[in-house]
Amino acid sequence: MPVIDKTARRHRWDTRFAPYGYVAPYFLLFGVFGLFPLLYTIWVSLQHRNLLDEGGASVVWFDNYARLLVDPYFWNAMGNTMSLWLLTTVPQILFALGIAALLNRKVRTRTLFRMGVILPNITSVAAVTIIFAQLFGRDFGLINWVLELFGAGHVDWQAGTATSHVAIAVMVVWRWTGYHALIFLASMQAISPSLYEAATLDGASGRQQFWRITVPLLRPQIIFSTIIATTGNMRLLAEPLLFNPGAAAATGGSDRQFQTAALYLYEQGFTNYDFGYSSAIAVVLAIATVIVAGLGYLVTKRIQTE
Amino acid sequence: MTAVLDPPAPVRRPAGPAVRARRLARRVAGPWTYAALIAVLAGSAFPVYWSFVVSSQTPDAIDRVPPVLVPGGNLFANIARVFDTTDFALALTNSIVVSGTVTVSVVFFSTLAGFAFAKLKFRGRNVLLLLIIATQAIPTELGIIPLYMMMSEFGWAGQIHAVIVPGLVTAFGVFFMRQYFERAIPDELLEAGMMDGCHSLRLFWHIALPAARPAAAVLGLFTFMQAWNDFFWPLVVLVPENPTVQTALSTLASGYTTDYTLVLTAATIGTVPVLAVFLLFGRQIVGGIMSGAVKG
Repeated sequence: MPVIDKTARRHRWDTRFAPYGYVAPYFLLFGVFGLFPLLYTIWVSLQHRNLLDEGGASVVWFDNYARLLVDPYFWNAMGNTMSLWLLTTVPQILFALGIAALLNRKVRTRTLFRMGVILPNITSVAAVTIIFAQLFGRDFGLINWVLELFGAGHVDWQAGTATSHVAIAVMVVWRWTGYHALIFLASMQAISPSLYEAATLDGASGRQQFWRITVPLLRPQIIFSTIIATTGNMRLLAEPLLFNPGAAAATGGSDRQFQTAALYLYEQGFTNYDFGYSSAIAVVLAIATVIVAGLGYLVTKRIQTE
Repeated sequence: MTAVLDPPAPVRRPAGPAVRARRLARRVAGPWTYAALIAVLAGSAFPVYWSFVVSSQTPDAIDRVPPVLVPGGNLFANIARVFDTTDFALALTNSIVVSGTVTVSVVFFSTLAGFAFAKLKFRGRNVLLLLIIATQAIPTELGIIPLYMMMSEFGWAGQIHAVIVPGLVTAFGVFFMRQYFERAIPDELLEAGMMDGCHSLRLFWHIALPAARPAAAVLGLFTFMQAWNDFFWPLVVLVPENPTVQTALSTLASGYTTDYTLVLTAATIGTVPVLAVFLLFGRQIVGGIMSGAVKG
């Protein structure tokens, strides 16, 4: 009998406790290196903590936030972030819908085309930005050369606020549109062909079918993509940092014309070593991201079937 | 009755729209679709191609008007210059170590936890799963300051384990494997194993792990590419003397040199490993994204 008893005990131990063992490594590592830093950011944001100061850290409560409110560089960075959010998110979703519709046709060599649209997404953000910074070069950039062919003059892409935002948006849109297109394509393929057949018999054109059948049925994916794109586009850092690399890269252009909030966080945290202030920026940026994602949700939720 | 004998012309005329309507319903691509798709393909590939072109030319080619658009014979000379200018070999080694370790770890721990969440019953399972789903949405970069403080405290700043350790698990990986197990393994199979007195670890090893291979492969591909391309955290925590490929690119681009051929050659070299993975497993990668296997 003791043998059975032992087996039964082992079995009970197995069913009751072993599952925790399987999920423990994840929660342990995530807790220490993911969740804890995230929450601790809030505490650091309430401190005066600068690595360059001798005195060490002291709790100053909301001083950092009060400083943010009147910091023109911060508001400039938030403005740039919002502008870039709009210039990246909207075209990403619209182009992705168009490309998905193209890929959804019966196409030969479809794997080739699908791989083609996702190629930009697998290249690294550092490499992409370095390549595009050259393509957008003022004197010898390929894009200016093409513009000149069409009679437009030289554009100094980095110098202006609008032009630099457009250039950065192009990099982001180039890198992410294909990803969203494949998400949309997957759902388009699940739409029953009979819907389109019926619409065709009723005399609906391809365009009407796209806007009245395809897009409304894709609403969940459009909401998902908008939120994913928003969380990514609200914290652009590599693109503005490497668009104008050099000693003063963290300012995002000579007049901070393309410094994003994430880049300002980086500048305060890792060139000024003002950890308290930098953490306050992180907290505000996180809140802003949630608000903007919520806005995106409210807008995309309104897509409806007629 | 003469109407019946009318020439066939009026009968043929509606055939045009009818054919088009049928094509519309069957969604067969016409020439315009192909033209548009080829344009998209060209737009996608061009920047990478152009970077390769510059890498294979002499340094003065980048300033030429009209621009050079075909590869030259200078690729290996440029590659040699990259390795002479910076310790790019160290950067490549670091990136391989980081991406390799992170990939193996994420796949293993995600499979383990995903199996438990999908197929084992335990108290608090749903709450914990909800926690995982919720944390997926949080950009962990926002905790970068305390994370950096921790790494300094541990004495890891500047070393590659500072990059490896926070990447060892991802919420997304656990969730993805859980979704896969849910569908891939019938409960009866595991129950039969339980009846035979199999320890759950044996069930995991002999039933779950073999069944997980396709999903684990897709997760591995994405994890590798993401780890390889990761930029912000390595930039913060590493030093230029001990870089990954991405931070080495950043240093090179922001540095003392205005030799853009050199910078673009480095960018090309750094892209080759992910490009190779992509060309070998493109079909799986496309399939993975379409089944929701990657987080943006």
